[in-house]
Amino acid sequence: MKARVHVTLKPGVLDPQGKAIEHALDTLGFSGIQEARQGKLIELNLAESDPETARAQVEEMCRKLLANTVIENYAIELEA
Amino acid sequence: MKSAVVVFPGTNRDKDMTRALEGASGQAPVLVWHKDTEIPKVDLIVLPGGFAHGDYLRAGAMAARSPVMREVVARAERGVPLLGVCNGFQALTEAGLLPGALLRNADLKFVCRTVTLRVENSQTLFTGRFEAGETFETPVAHMDGNYFIDTEGHKRLADNGQIAFRYAEGAAAGPANPNGALDDIAGVFNETKTVLGLMPHPEDATDPLHGGTDGRKLFDGIVEALS
Repeated sequence: MKARVHVTLKPGVLDPQGKAIEHALDTLGFSGIQEARQGKLIELNLAESDPETARAQVEEMCRKLLANTVIENYAIELEA
Repeated sequence: MKSAVVVFPGTNRDKDMTRALEGASGQAPVLVWHKDTEIPKVDLIVLPGGFAHGDYLRAGAMAARSPVMREVVARAERGVPLLGVCNGFQALTEAGLLPGALLRNADLKFVCRTVTLRVENSQTLFTGRFEAGETFETPVAHMDGNYFIDTEGHKRLADNGQIAFRYAEGAAAGPANPNGALDDIAGVFNETKTVLGLMPHPEDATDPLHGGTDGRKLFDGIVEALS
């Protein structure tokens, strides 16, 4: 089973990389971008095949390592 | 004063820290490898600067989960003084021993220069040689030094005297705040003031060849408090 973990900065936390992307897109002439936020994607290949168990495992990985919950949110996507 | 300096793969300020501690205390610190699970009985544990585990995932994140950290956390919980500088500060926030987090510098640039620090709380085992409000010069060298904490946490820090140092106007050239840190915060204590983390490198302002010796006061104060 595959898991995709999206880690993003919480709303309100300054994202200078997102800001830089926003400015670069604006320079390229893409107008109307109200905000760009940058995050990261972590792909995991799991031996586990039960979605519920897999989700619980990945949740724990997120809390213990993959996301710093002081500043980041995470979202988990599972794919059989 | 007996001290231990923890070395992670990627740590590069352990020698600077060792020299500063030895200069102040007359005793060379014990070096502890990140895979060690035992730390000798010491009066102070230090996490020095560098790029532990290459700063993969987040600065200090892997270091905070190194085997040695279980013992570091246990000692800190028993009140053993703990100092984290730069990457060591990042690791202490990642380990939950200090509040807040260190984000990428606001201007996305690695900053390497001298800054002026203002001492905000001089009533601690780390800062006893300073007067509150006193300023001193010390180098910074980091990419992720932008201190962040939520509004509630920020209020708790301020109310409880947990803000150790702020970036301030002074002799150092350039903007006072080098990284966009919230409320100009350069260093914080834990609630009991037995753990200190700061982004600047006072260990690199302890020899006249460094261009300044202001950092000595911090180390002399620690030695005085712990000897």
